[in-house]
Amino acid sequence: MSQTTTRRIATLETARAWTTVCQQQDLVSNSGVVVWHDGAQVALFYLPGAEGQTLYAIDNHDPQSGANVIGRGLVGSIKGDLVVASPIYKQHFRLEDGSCLEYPQQRLRVWPVRLNEGVVEVGSD
Amino acid sequence: MNSNVAALNKLQTLIVIGNGMVGHHCVEQLIERGALEHYRLHVFSEEPMRAYDRVHLSEYFTGRDAESLALSEASLYQTPGVTLHLGVPVLEIDRVRREVITAQGCVGYDKLVLATGSYPFVPPIEGAEGDSRLVYRTLEDLDAIRAAAANARRGVVVGGGLLGLEAANALKSLGLEAHVVEFAPRLMPVQLDDLGGFALKTQIERLGVGVHLSRATQSISPGEQYRYRMNFANDEFLETDLIVFSAGIRAQDALARQSALEIGPRGGVVVDGQCLTSDPNIYAIGECASWNGSVFGLVAPGYQMARGVAAQLCNEVAEPFMGADMSTKLKLLGVDVGSIGDAHAHTPGARSYQFIDEASASYRRLVVDASGKHVLGAVLVGDNSYYDTLLQYMQNAIALPSEPASLILPSSEGAPTLGPGALPESATVCSCHNVTKGSICSAIDGGCTDLGLLKAQTKACTGCGGCAGLLKQVFEHELIARGVSVDKSLCEHFAYTRQELYALVRVEGLITFEELLAKHGRGHTGCDVCKPAVGSILASCWNQPIMDTSLVPLQDTNDTFMANMQKNGTYSVVPRIPGGEITADKLIAIGVVAKKYDLYTKITGGQRIDLFGAQLHELPDIWSELIEAGFETGHAYGKSTRTVKSCVGSTWCRYGVQDSVKMALLIEDRYKGLRSPHKLKFAVSGCTRECAEAQSKDVGVIATEKGWNLYIAGNGGMRPRHAELFATDLDDETLIRYIDRFLMFYIRTADKLQRTSVWRESLEGGLDYLTEVIINDSLGLGDELEAQMQLVVDRYECEWANALKDPEKLKRFRTFVNDKRPDPDIHFVQERGQRRPIMAAELNLIPVTEEIA
Repeated sequence: MSQTTTRRIATLETARAWTTVCQQQDLVSNSGVVVWHDGAQVALFYLPGAEGQTLYAIDNHDPQSGANVIGRGLVGSIKGDLVVASPIYKQHFRLEDGSCLEYPQQRLRVWPVRLNEGVVEVGSD
Repeated sequence: MNSNVAALNKLQTLIVIGNGMVGHHCVEQLIERGALEHYRLHVFSEEPMRAYDRVHLSEYFTGRDAESLALSEASLYQTPGVTLHLGVPVLEIDRVRREVITAQGCVGYDKLVLATGSYPFVPPIEGAEGDSRLVYRTLEDLDAIRAAAANARRGVVVGGGLLGLEAANALKSLGLEAHVVEFAPRLMPVQLDDLGGFALKTQIERLGVGVHLSRATQSISPGEQYRYRMNFANDEFLETDLIVFSAGIRAQDALARQSALEIGPRGGVVVDGQCLTSDPNIYAIGECASWNGSVFGLVAPGYQMARGVAAQLCNEVAEPFMGADMSTKLKLLGVDVGSIGDAHAHTPGARSYQFIDEASASYRRLVVDASGKHVLGAVLVGDNSYYDTLLQYMQNAIALPSEPASLILPSSEGAPTLGPGALPESATVCSCHNVTKGSICSAIDGGCTDLGLLKAQTKACTGCGGCAGLLKQVFEHELIARGVSVDKSLCEHFAYTRQELYALVRVEGLITFEELLAKHGRGHTGCDVCKPAVGSILASCWNQPIMDTSLVPLQDTNDTFMANMQKNGTYSVVPRIPGGEITADKLIAIGVVAKKYDLYTKITGGQRIDLFGAQLHELPDIWSELIEAGFETGHAYGKSTRTVKSCVGSTWCRYGVQDSVKMALLIEDRYKGLRSPHKLKFAVSGCTRECAEAQSKDVGVIATEKGWNLYIAGNGGMRPRHAELFATDLDDETLIRYIDRFLMFYIRTADKLQRTSVWRESLEGGLDYLTEVIINDSLGLGDELEAQMQLVVDRYECEWANALKDPEKLKRFRTFVNDKRPDPDIHFVQERGQRRPIMAAELNLIPVTEEIA
């Protein structure tokens, strides 16, 4: 990552508080793990090969089944959007904003997240 | 910023000449595929109105206005980078300077697409002019017909083909007495045979339309009762107030001729499979193109060409145009007419079955090949309910029943049934959401042509997902029936079927998803459709442990965690109990584990024990205890070998003739861990009483006095199918050899998530073909199939044992990677002495403090 990009992110995000949730080595490439964060279950998806953002934080709770399973879904891309498929009823959520491809009324919370020197940090939103 | 300017300067110019249905489809496809990143797009149209639906042109007379016939919102052509020139005919193409010339000036091009369509052929007839020389092609033509009809009582259409009858319908809806004059001795000479044409004539005449066959109009003169008199041979004549010519179409190839592009023998711009003309910068699509000497006058092939060209211009891989099936099914003047394949029985040796009902003027003809095994074509007049089934028979080369005539004979149950096409509208496809085939059809009729969208709209297959295969079949079938070509691509990342990907993996020796995606796919991520499918192919071919780093992200959650996820996010665990045989010690071991982790326990249909309610982080502990006790994984989570059910056999049973348990153990040990397009179930019965229910399994084995009878491709589940007897009185070695070959051939050729039963039904040549391949080794594949199976067998390793040895793989089995607590939202209640997941309704009633974690 170039210096200019890093600096831009830094200036944009100075106001945000960052909490360490786990180590980079806890992540599984191209797949999800779940962290307990401030009373919430946050699924972290790590896509080292993706262009742009490589780490996403999204609610682990699947609104359709009511189970906490999103972190165990398959990630993929559909029509240009990176998505995760719920492992129970297979509906897809955009990693970017948590919106659901099939059911507009379902939407998952997303968190700002970053890798900072081997540590995964989740930001306040 | 600089780079954007540079990109703008680098834009090439793409010109599409013609804005008919096909030209418009090409523009839509170009925009959708991102062509505007590479091209400035100019579209020239001779007509003043942007592209409209010519197929439903006659509705212009029954209330639809021009705008509602338009194929797109006007805004599509206002997309930046797109310029539509309406009412601007192209006068000339200068291929040397690469310019098109219009009355308004010249525009240079880098690439050019000709979509100029066709024009109605009007035979040169003396006296034909004005209202006695109308045509039926454009909205302007229809306006002219409407104007001519204003003071008319009678109208005649010259030409009794598909479009002519449409035109006759249009005249009828304008309140005229309509007549059809046809040169040939029957109506619709291209699609129908004599008897079919006769039946159609009878029905149309009953509707009050006059039909005059074998009449060539020699001249047109002023009439006495009506405005014109059409003069035929032998002093016959017919008087009328207006005449519409619909005597066929000709490719509109004038521009191409002028610029010396190669022209086909019967007109049309010659194109190759890429739709390229003799000039490498010029494509031609739709009715102006001549492929292999033929011009295709239907919209579906035109669209197919348009998509292919759009894909090429966007540097995507495009399937070559290889001709098109011209089978059609339509309602003409309210009469069902269908024509399939070789309707005229031109194929040498072809034989026909015919059914005539003079009372209702219905007619059906079935054309079969010399062997009597396959449908070559069909003609239907009066009842198109037979169409879908017959088309299925032809397109899939499905073996005919012993009485082929039964397919066209009327029966009390209506048209004969076959596969998805034959399911009645009321048939339930998705029982979870009670979605019938009828509601799927209405969604499709409502414009849904995407399977994902269909699922979202109808909810079909969003419950248990068990109907996925059937839904896909019905969906594709219904699309085909509506003239839409079905994309067989696995998903947006691979333009290949599962079978094709399998061949690529094996032939090129690819062992990772990334390699396959880079060489043959698109993008660098994949999705939840292609990843598990490729994961399964890789496992079928190479049988590497599925928990390997590169393979983990491909697996569905059940394969990833090697357990079956249940509705509350917990897992069930099924240790392998080969042949259903288990010692007391092992039963106790299972009991100990179940008790320790408080797992709900149930006996499965496959003679094993399922342990429910384990959380993610408990799985490794549970499995180390089970493996300690001598168990292996049961693969209940995978599309792979499940169980081999058996009866107790000759060892104990007074009727048993062979040791069915021993054979079941042999089979289960051999094929355990084999991954396949779908799950595989086996059974072995020790005698003909069949207590193991082998005839409902993918592979069923039933003992005989002399050895074993082999049954294949049976199925329980939502669409039960009896297995078919495949070979008799086999010795152990031959039995295993046939099963090896059968399974590997299935793995090689089946579609994704296709059970052996559906695969077998879709197999061209049916059971006879399978007998040839497996038993008589007609393809010479036998050794190869056996060797492939042996590789998989040799590489077998219990996945759980493998994972437990590797701390890296165990990392994933944590509910939270930063916290030891279990999932606090999982709650159980006690019922019948065991715990089960709490239901949503109960959850609200129980205070948080009393929850059982």
